[in-house]
Amino acid sequence: MLAIKNNIFSDPRHFQIITLGCLLFLLLIWNDFAPTLDVVALTMASTVITQFLFFKFLKVKSNDYRSPFITALSLCLLFKTNLIWLYPVIGAVAMATKFLIRVENKHIFNPANAAIVLGLFFVPHHVWVSPGQWGSAIWLSFALISFAFIVLNRAGRADISLFFLTCWFSLLLARALWLGDPLSIPLHNAQSGALLIFAFFMISDPMTTPNHRGARFLFAFIVAVIAFILQYSFQVREAIFYALFFTCMGTPVLDYFLKANQYQWRKI
Amino acid sequence: MIRLLLTTMVLITMSTPGAQAFCGFYVAKADADLFNEASKVIMARHENRTVMTMANDFKGDVKDFAIVIPVPTVITKSQVNVGDSKIIDHLDAYTAPRLVEYYDENPCNRTLYETDMMTAGAPMALRQSAEAKESAQALGVTIEESYTVGEYDILILSAEQSDGLTKWLNQEGYKMPKGAEKVLGSYIKQDMKFFVAKVNLDKFESSGYTYLRPLQVAYESEKFMLPVRLGTLNAKGDQDLLLFTLTKQGRVEPTNYRTTKIPTGDDIPLFVADEFGEFYKAMFAHNVKKENMKTVMLEYAWDMSWCDPCAADPLPASDLRKLGAWWIEGANTYPPGRPVPMQRRMIMPPGGGAVDTYVTRMHVRYNAETFPEDIMLQVTEDRENFQGRYVMRHPYKGEASCEEAGSYYSELQGRFEKEAKTLANLTGWDISTIRRKMEANGQSFDIKAKIDSTPWWEQMWD
Repeated sequence: MLAIKNNIFSDPRHFQIITLGCLLFLLLIWNDFAPTLDVVALTMASTVITQFLFFKFLKVKSNDYRSPFITALSLCLLFKTNLIWLYPVIGAVAMATKFLIRVENKHIFNPANAAIVLGLFFVPHHVWVSPGQWGSAIWLSFALISFAFIVLNRAGRADISLFFLTCWFSLLLARALWLGDPLSIPLHNAQSGALLIFAFFMISDPMTTPNHRGARFLFAFIVAVIAFILQYSFQVREAIFYALFFTCMGTPVLDYFLKANQYQWRKI
Repeated sequence: MIRLLLTTMVLITMSTPGAQAFCGFYVAKADADLFNEASKVIMARHENRTVMTMANDFKGDVKDFAIVIPVPTVITKSQVNVGDSKIIDHLDAYTAPRLVEYYDENPCNRTLYETDMMTAGAPMALRQSAEAKESAQALGVTIEESYTVGEYDILILSAEQSDGLTKWLNQEGYKMPKGAEKVLGSYIKQDMKFFVAKVNLDKFESSGYTYLRPLQVAYESEKFMLPVRLGTLNAKGDQDLLLFTLTKQGRVEPTNYRTTKIPTGDDIPLFVADEFGEFYKAMFAHNVKKENMKTVMLEYAWDMSWCDPCAADPLPASDLRKLGAWWIEGANTYPPGRPVPMQRRMIMPPGGGAVDTYVTRMHVRYNAETFPEDIMLQVTEDRENFQGRYVMRHPYKGEASCEEAGSYYSELQGRFEKEAKTLANLTGWDISTIRRKMEANGQSFDIKAKIDSTPWWEQMWD
């Protein structure tokens, strides 16, 4: 405990847990469609237990449970279903993808993102994401916190968040200019809380993004373009999640051609 | 033990004030004072099929009525229907925010009787000549379809350039609002078509109707959205939109705007019964202000098979089908003149059984600044029931001289104070005015003294 306290700024995951935790707290007290506490508890329990079981089964000697917490928090903030038992199932699926789908000692998918996409794909009549649940007031504070997170972790892999947001906003802006729309429309679209959670806590997952900086830029660009096409040409409301899922499959290829050191979470 | 007994229900309905219809925009042929401040739209959606019904509360001279609505596909004649406004009124009444009333029993007799009174109510011939086609073509406008349905002459237009379309519409006598060209241009580039309707006066006169009936359009498209941008152009100030959706799955929500639930379940003072419409309007406005006019308010979300308490009967399956719920099989017919059962707490739809339809009622107040983009929608699996419901609790007014009566009266004082504060918080009304109105309406803050000083015969006749 003391070690964590002393090293609170040493690992970007601590920022993630604190920020996502604050967001969930805000959602719980302020949003009319927030997850209930049992949903939060079930999701947390399921991700932690799944990680524990995989550690045990794979004989991994670790007491690191930050990743399941981050995954559970992300799921609570984004994932919705009308079947209460699906929350722990999705939590377990999320953690399972981390251990089961791996190439070269790296997992391919961000656990929460993979679980959302698999849920949307396999149980489409019971699963949804509410990108509209975030207002613009919360957006500003969230953007500031996330920006601080990037600055403080400039040595990490958070550059991909900025790459992605830059590409995404450029596409939105280009679309507005082409359509002759007022700039208030792309600005309004940019103020989506779900988009920021995605940009700062999903696509930025250092374990699932390419090791090479140039490859990361390419990765972010591809995600933005796929998401843009899915959203505006195919009316897919969960476009960014699908786009990341598909692009992640290409990470091993990018890593193969553009070599760089693999990311290591700083040790406590 | 508390025993609940339902004795009477009274239903008062109010029409939505100031509703002017349509999310598109009116274009006037004459300089009539046309504006659209409020619209009532019903969207039935399942899979990629959408049926949009637009209530028409147009108040001006029918010859001045004309609308332009962007639609995702070309709409052929059989995809258009003129609907029945009574069904829309029924849906409005069924989903309306409601006021429920309870009566305290004699505190000396620990049985509580309950009476529900519900106040339902909301706060609330085109040129088809070769000449026209030629001139359209010259301006890059294509008349994809042209037909008459009911009292409406309808054109489906596609265009290459917004200036051509604007020019052609102006040439044809439509008075386009300022700024329309830019918005039309955006829709053209998004490959939208334009549904243009005006009243065919001959047909209207021969139809015998004195009002314009709702227009219905059915289409298949992945696009599930409500185009509101054009509507903001010729409106005076903020607009109100009541959007009702019917789905097989569950609640509909916007994906690009936040949804908030309208406050519900609060105990409010008794005088509100006489001004429920005013109360609801004030509360709605207060909430809109609180949310900086940036959210969509949820007023009702319920399985269409039942209601509790019912502001109006659930709609029969046949009516739901007429509103576009095509997935309902074997719709029952609705016997005309059927008496409305007001005494039941839970009312099943006529014909009985589930209708497999979920209704969502959303209320949006918006302008071009706060809602710059069209409202993008999605169907969710959320089937949690929600309703705007407000409670009035009548104090016991008879004689009560037991020990328990003392604590009852002192509790009552706190209860009234709480009700006053709740009402002030909900509506932003002045609390001293609320207190004064409560006093005048029998909710005296010193109710015991008042009751004691009132002769028993007066209490009897009251």
